[in-house]
This record gives sequence, structure tokens and C-alpha cells, in this order.
Amino acid sequence: MKKPKVLILRSAGTNCDFETANALRFVGAEPRRVHVNEIKSGKTRLMNFDMLVIPGGFSYGDDVGAGRILANQVRLYLKDLRQFIRLGRPVMGICNGFQVLVKAGILPCSNTCEQTAGFTFNDSGRFEARWVHVRINTQSSSLFFKGLPEMIELPVAHAEGKLVLKSPRQLEELKKNKTIAMQYVSDDGKLSGYPFNPNGSIFNIAALSNPEGNCLGMMPHPERFTSIHHHPNWTRQTFHKEGVGLAMFRNAVDYCR
Amino acid sequence: MKETQQTLVMSQPAVPPREAEGSDFASFNSLSPKELKSLSDKQLWSLNESELSAVQAHFKSIGRPPTRAEIETIAQTWSEHCKHKTFRSPIRYTEGKKTRLIKSLFEETIAKATKQAMKPWCLSVFKDNAGIVSFGKNGRWALAYKVETHNHPCAIEPYGGAETGVGGVIRDVLGAGLGAKPVLNTDIFCFARPDYDAPLPENALHPKRVLRSVVAGVRDYGNRMGIPTAAGAIWFDDDFRLNPLVFVGTVGVMPSWAVKKEIRPGDLIVAVGGPTGRDGLHGATFSSASLEDAPTSAVQIGHAINEKKLLDALLEARDRRLYGFATDCGAGGFSSAIGEMAAVCGGAEVKLDAAHIKALDLAPWELWLSESQERMVLAVSPKNLKALKDVFAAESCGLSVLGEFTNSRKLRVHYKDQKIVELDLKFLHHGVPLVERSAVWQPETPKASSSKAPRKSASEVLREALGHLNVCSREWVIRQYDHEVQGGMVIKPLQGVRHDGPGDACVIWPHAATGDFEDFSGFAVGHGINPSYGKVDPYRMALACADEALRNLLCVGADVTAAAFLDNFCWASPEDPRQLGALVRAAQGCHDAAVGFGVPFISGKDSLYNQSKDLGGKDLPIPGTVLISALAPLSDVRKALTMDIKGPGNPLYLIGWTSEELGGSLYNQICGLSGGEAPEVEVRSAADSFKAASAAIQKGLVLSAHDLSEGGLAVAAAEMAFSGEFGVRLDLDAMARSNHIYSNEVLLFSESPSRVLLEVKPECEQALLKGLKGVPVRRIGVTLANPILKVIGLDGMVTMEEPLSALKEIWQASLPKRCR
Repeated sequence: MKKPKVLILRSAGTNCDFETANALRFVGAEPRRVHVNEIKSGKTRLMNFDMLVIPGGFSYGDDVGAGRILANQVRLYLKDLRQFIRLGRPVMGICNGFQVLVKAGILPCSNTCEQTAGFTFNDSGRFEARWVHVRINTQSSSLFFKGLPEMIELPVAHAEGKLVLKSPRQLEELKKNKTIAMQYVSDDGKLSGYPFNPNGSIFNIAALSNPEGNCLGMMPHPERFTSIHHHPNWTRQTFHKEGVGLAMFRNAVDYCR
Repeated sequence: MKETQQTLVMSQPAVPPREAEGSDFASFNSLSPKELKSLSDKQLWSLNESELSAVQAHFKSIGRPPTRAEIETIAQTWSEHCKHKTFRSPIRYTEGKKTRLIKSLFEETIAKATKQAMKPWCLSVFKDNAGIVSFGKNGRWALAYKVETHNHPCAIEPYGGAETGVGGVIRDVLGAGLGAKPVLNTDIFCFARPDYDAPLPENALHPKRVLRSVVAGVRDYGNRMGIPTAAGAIWFDDDFRLNPLVFVGTVGVMPSWAVKKEIRPGDLIVAVGGPTGRDGLHGATFSSASLEDAPTSAVQIGHAINEKKLLDALLEARDRRLYGFATDCGAGGFSSAIGEMAAVCGGAEVKLDAAHIKALDLAPWELWLSESQERMVLAVSPKNLKALKDVFAAESCGLSVLGEFTNSRKLRVHYKDQKIVELDLKFLHHGVPLVERSAVWQPETPKASSSKAPRKSASEVLREALGHLNVCSREWVIRQYDHEVQGGMVIKPLQGVRHDGPGDACVIWPHAATGDFEDFSGFAVGHGINPSYGKVDPYRMALACADEALRNLLCVGADVTAAAFLDNFCWASPEDPRQLGALVRAAQGCHDAAVGFGVPFISGKDSLYNQSKDLGGKDLPIPGTVLISALAPLSDVRKALTMDIKGPGNPLYLIGWTSEELGGSLYNQICGLSGGEAPEVEVRSAADSFKAASAAIQKGLVLSAHDLSEGGLAVAAAEMAFSGEFGVRLDLDAMARSNHIYSNEVLLFSESPSRVLLEVKPECEQALLKGLKGVPVRRIGVTLANPILKVIGLDGMVTMEEPLSALKEIWQASLPKRCR
């Protein structure tokens, strides 16, 4: 079977690239961790890959805002990213990668290259790592969610995860075109406040998709739930067959085949 | 863009030095001892009279005065921080009426015990920058573990001090062997209460600010490095208000071939990482002095992303085998790193001109001594230089060639056309005169615990204990750390139904970071720290800490028979004979723990002079503190265990003997009592019961396990119950105990060591008892569907019945409330 080639984009401060590569390897892909310097120099080209993942971490220390510098580099050196997405190839931004996609103007999807949303500090004022419940938007056309239950658990770990939008109208548009891919919910599935919504994100948004469904940005970390032994309660429960995060990567990799 | 500019600035050569080198101390050789001492104090060398006269004698014998860079090099090499003089000098030790000479405290306690308890899987012990043990299937891998302290910097600048403490210990592990990939950070703090409300001296920071800033520093550095911070402890005692303790540790994993390192004459001296500035001058010498003398430049400035670049580039270069030796620049900067490497190889010829700098007016001696962070030194064969440069350039990480290693027996340092250092290596590394000190330990006749009956009921004591700062939930801190990055955290620090119970230890599957997916071996780390026991008897404190660290490991299913210890001593001035006497006691405790448990020490560190002038001008020493960290493997992480009760109707077994041991206990504190015996570990029998219990857990007979520590049985049972959301009924009369205990409170709150509470599968009771033959173990209760903690007293009556939700609320609210 074909081994889809996946580019995992790194920069100084990226730190989830290795486990993201592990997850992709588990589902039969051929991941390669590529430093943005290599794209900049022209040594490696995005178009030679079947899929792109921008993993989590603190690119350039998040020093002037989470993901800001890498987002500028994406604009400058990955000029063919919009074309890549238009061709239907899967693109995934996780945590810092989601922040990069938003600050590079890729998500939420718009016709311009302008940034239309942003991230700010968690309402708690602190970096926080915890497992959360998220509800997947079953109406979304996202290719990543095939076969997943509506309610899943995943870990989040961030300081600037609160999504903010330009206007209430933008939120209505996102709802209308079904691009709100995931929302934070309480354990009984309701939209709830802290700590269920770990950062105070508007409308409890945890992930955004493009309308076509091949580009996904998410704050939770699917690469940290690829085995039942990642779940905080695996010593109590036995109902998980595999980590739901792994299924998301499998969907994307199967789609590439 | 920023990167390019930085490189431009860095590659400019330093501008001419501000002051001529060499001529500063022209009259050094003719100074009187008194003049020498006042010069040393002025220059912050922290050298004592006999050391100064040894330096003077040496330079007289070679017929020239020293240069500034030379004395600075000697001062930092001979500092307490680098040489651990207290542990290596002779001590005249008096205990009671007996006096004896200890030639070297280190050799006669830690090292001696380790020789006795040495195991074939110990790959590098007290030699390298971290202790290294074999790991994984077929010994293909190795783990490096180091715990450091950064106490003095954290007292002055807690955020920066904590950051650079983390950065430093990570580099220790990167500089162990050819470099290990960090997979776990640990953090242990000792602070005063965050709501401390008495006046403090003018230069002291408030304990709440210290706590918040230290946590933020550990968080921001560790999170940015992508290393999970997932194990540790916090101890509160107001005597830490002027000198907080900040212990930071790192565990790294490496292929076993990377343990060996060597330098050949002709290898290039290659500095990698960040540029050098003026930050952190005199860090080594200042950590050997009291805080009042500290200059502001003594605390370094951290930059995690520079270190992340260094880590990424270094491990890539390691796997391509592009260098033969690595060490980090810690205290003393280049002078220490290159000085130590020169001693390994037999000499070095250093040319500082090419060093990347970030302060243009840096004098050559400052460049040589600066402790700027995120730098390491490699020994590189000239044929590999080109490839090495490519690897570091690909990560935008700095690299400069600073000369070569030789076998000249000399350390020579040049800057442009000046020679700023020419030192004989033997004198530098072995010339320090050791001074005999005296130490006294007066055993106090233990006063019986004050007999006045406490007016608090068992329920009241339990509630206060759960809300006590040394017991309450650490979730507020733990959640600020990214404890899941790397995807190897199999047992997390917070456990139970709602992921908020106090786990005994975390379990790491490091192969998420190595890619060896067929190997399910993992490891756990545990800690023991209890300065309260130390106030009663430092010897018993050390044993109790070792005992607790092992029980932490036991409770998550690690194999305690293959455990390794690390020691960290934090003490006040060793020049005070009583302080030094207490330190000797503690070191003896470490010796007896290692021998008795058969667990070797693989690494250790001491931090002394932790005392400062309090209001009124009197010195406030910290309580003498030993931290024991322990590391043990699990052959299959999928068999690990957590501490939360798993279901109703399961029998509860208590391993270990309960005596009236309330000296230094939480119960005494809560009830305002004093005196009493500090918990005493019967090491041999404890070792046997741990071995048996460990085997039972690994066989899968046990559903949950939790160690009994501060607050004794009552606190441990409450924590297990509210974390699992199932009730517990305890019958105190069933406990294995000393005959003369007639008090329910003593049974509930005594802190007798070596005890573990187990929830056992009902069908496995017989197997458990068979496995624990000869071990004091009793069935003392059962788990309940009803979420309560119910205790049947010695008289057969219900002595306590508490709803779990109320207990948990008290336990959870305490720390956040005080840290706001």
C-alpha cells in the first residue's frame, strides 16, 4: 500500500513534532520532520508531499504572540500552501500549528489572505494542561472525523488558546458554513464554562475546518491520544479500543491513498 | 530575520578589553594574608585564607604574579559549588562523648554505600554530568538522571533563577555521555507559607511572590523545551522565608553506545549554543557565600528557545557521531567546562577570539568566566567539523571553534595576542588545600510527646491535615506544566476519576521519544523530603526520605529492587559545628539507607550556606534538608498502577507496622504538640516488605496502592477514596501495631514509615498473603459504594464518618486560595 508522504513543519521551539511523526508512522504514513529553514532555502518543497502537519510547541518562544513568527514564515516561504489546500491535500494545525494557521490567514477560511481571527490568553491567565471533552460537529465535512463518536476526550495544553473573532457576524458565518469543527463541552455534552472550556474560547470553539473539510486547525492534541495508555483513566476503564487521536490521523492518511 | 542579525552581531570579534590583563595583580605575591583576604572579598572570589596562601605560594614558585583570569579560574574551580569541599575535607566529628575523624564525608558515606550496593546496570556513577543506568530490553538504552539546586539565584530573582535552574539541569543531561534526550523534568520546592504575614528584612521577597515566580520560571522554561514536568513536591516551612530551596531534575534517555565519551589531543574545542555576555559572573563563587554579598550580575538570564535549538542540533549531531565528548557550561562557564575537559585530555590551548558574544565591551576574563546560559562545549575531530557546522546551521544554532585539546598538562588561554591564562592542570584541579572542620551532634533525649490530650477530634484533625499546605492538592501548580508533551506519560501526576488525585509518582514510556515501539519498558521517579523530621533527627530524616521515595515507586508498579537513588543536601553554613554535625548525621542516614535497601546512589549534589540575616541581624539558617530522588524501571508500563480506589467491596490491606511516631509529624503541628520520636525506618525489614509488595503489584494482584506519609493512614485513605469516588471503611483494631497504643488518633495519624495501603482484588487475597509471608500485613478494611470515609475505633465504635466530597473540597481549595 502507498505510504503517503507527510511534511511535519518545524521551527525553533516546535516540540510536538516527534510524537506527531510517531502517530503518522503508526497509521502507515511516511512522515518527515522538516525545519522551515529547509523550505526557505528551497531544499525541500511542500508540493512534493501528500499532507502537511504543523505540530504543537512554542515556535520562536511565542515571543511576539503565539505562532506569530512562524505564521509570517508560512506566508513568506510556503506560498504554495493555498494551492496545496485547494488541491484537496490534508492540512492539520495542532495547538501552536492552529495558531499559526489562523495568524497566517488560512483559517477561518476567507477569500483574502488576511488574518480574520486571533488567539489571546486563557481566561485563567495561566498555561494549563488538562484533558477535555469535545463534541465533534457531525455536520462538518471534515475528512478527519470519519467513524469517530460525537463526544471524544483529548488533552489540551496551552496559554493562549482563547479564540477571538472579528465580529458576531463572523461567528454566524462559521456556524452557517459548518466550519466549527469541535467545541469544548462538559462531561454530559453541554456547552459549559471553565474548566470544561479551558480557555474561554468564543462559542467554546476548539477546532476550525475549511468548508471543504481538508484543512483542520485544533487546540487539543490528537497525537497525545494514540494509545489507550495515554488516557488518564486507563487503569480504571477498558472500553477504549485505541486512542481517538490515532483515528484522526488514520482518516487523513487513508484519504491520501 | 531576527536570527540573521543576531548572527552578524555575534560573529564580530570582541572590542579591545576594558582593562589590561595581567598587570592587575602585580603585587599579589607580596601581599600579607590579611591583604589577600580583603582582596578576595572585594573581588568576590570566596577563597579562604589557606586557599589564598596556596595560590600565592604557587605563583611565587613559578616566579610571576597571577593574571586576573587565572585567579578567577582558580576561585571558581575551587569553589564549594564545584569542588564540594565540605563533603571531601576532613571533619572532626563529635557525637555525644565520642569524637572521631572523618577523612572525607562523601567517601565514607555516599560513595562507600554505593560501592557496596553497586549493580551491574550502573553505567556511570558520580563521574559524568548525571548518573547513568542501563535501561530497556537487552540493555539497548540508558537513562541519565540529575537533580540540581538553584537556591541562591531563586532567592534574589526567583523567575530567572528557576528558569536557568531548569535550563542548567537539562544541559547536564545533554552533557551526560554524548547526550541524552530529556524525557522528564522534576521540581521540588521548599518555601515559606504563601500567606506569611510577619515582617521580612528589606531585601527579602515575599514567599508568595517567590512561589509564583519560581513556578512560572519552571513552567515557562520546561514547557518551551517540550519536556514534561510531572514529578515533584512542595514543602512549606516559614524557616525557608529568606532562603527558598528550588530543586530541579531531568531524566534523559540515550542509546547505550552514547554513554562512553573521550577526548583525543588534537580534537577541536567547539562551543555551541547561545552567545556569551556578562550575565552570571561569579555564580559559582557566589553560591558559596551568604546572600548579602551577592552582586546582581550573578544571576543568569535564560532563553529556552536557544536551548531548544541546542538540544535539537546536538542530538542530531550525536546520532551522526560528529563529536567525541560533550559537557555543559554551568557554573564558571567556559573556564569550568574547558578546564574540566582539559583535565580529561591532558591539556588545552584556548583561543577565545572566535567566541560569539552578546556584549561588545566584554573583557577577556569575563568572556572566559561568564555563565551565560544555553552553551555547551564539544570535543570534535577536525575531520567532522564541516558536517557539525552544517547540522548546527540547519537549526540556526551558534557554533564557534575555540582552539584545541592537547596533552601539554597546561591550560592555556589566549585572547588575540595576549596569554590570559597559563595554569598547571595538576595545581588547578588538585591544589586546593583542604581544611579540617569540626562538627558536633548532640542527641537530644527524646521528650515524650506532651501528654496534654489534644482537644481536637479525629475528624477535625483530618480536615485540618487535608487542608494543610504540606498535604493539600498541588493541582494549581501541576496543571501549569505541560506534563503530557512527547506522548510518553503513561501514569500522570494527577490520577483518579476526575484526573485530580495525588499520584505517588508518574510513569514514563520514554520510547515515545526513541521510536523503539516494540519495547514497553518504562520508568518512574519518586521523591522523599521532610525537613520536619530533620529538626528532630537528620539521620532519621534521611532514612525516612529514602523509604518514602521507594514507596512512591512501589505504588505505581515499578521494580524497587532495581531502583537508584540521587541525593541533594541543602544546608546552612558548614562552618557552624552544629550545622555540620547535623549534616554528618544526614549523610550517615543516606549511607544506611543505600546499604540497607541495596539501592546505590548514582548522582548527588550539595548546596550549602543557605542562611541569611533576618530582621535584627541574626542569621536565619534553613532547616537542614535532604531530598532523596529515586528512579526505577517497569518492565511493562501497561501493568502500571494508580492510587485511586477502583470499586466497591474490595479488601484493603495495610503493609507495615504502626508505632507511636509523632515527632515532627503533621499531627503534632496541628494539635500544637511537641517532642516525640521521629519515625524510624527498620531498613532491613522495610526492604523485605517492599520487595514482596513490589512483586505482588507486578503480578497484578493489586488494584490501587498509596503510600502513608504526612498525616498517616487517615490522609492516605481519604486521598485514595476521594480520588476513586468510592468509600472506605477502616477498622483500627485490625492494624499491626505496637502493644501500647490505645489511641485512635495515634493509629490514624502516626507517621510510622514503610507503610503502604493496598486495594486488593477479592479473588487475589490468598495469593497476596502468600506472597507477603513474613511481612507485617493486615486486612484493615474494605471499599464501599457509599462515598464516605468511615473509621471504626479500637472500642468498636464509629470514631469518624466523613463525606468524601467535603474532604476533597478542603484538600483542593487550600493552595489556590493562598496563591491568588
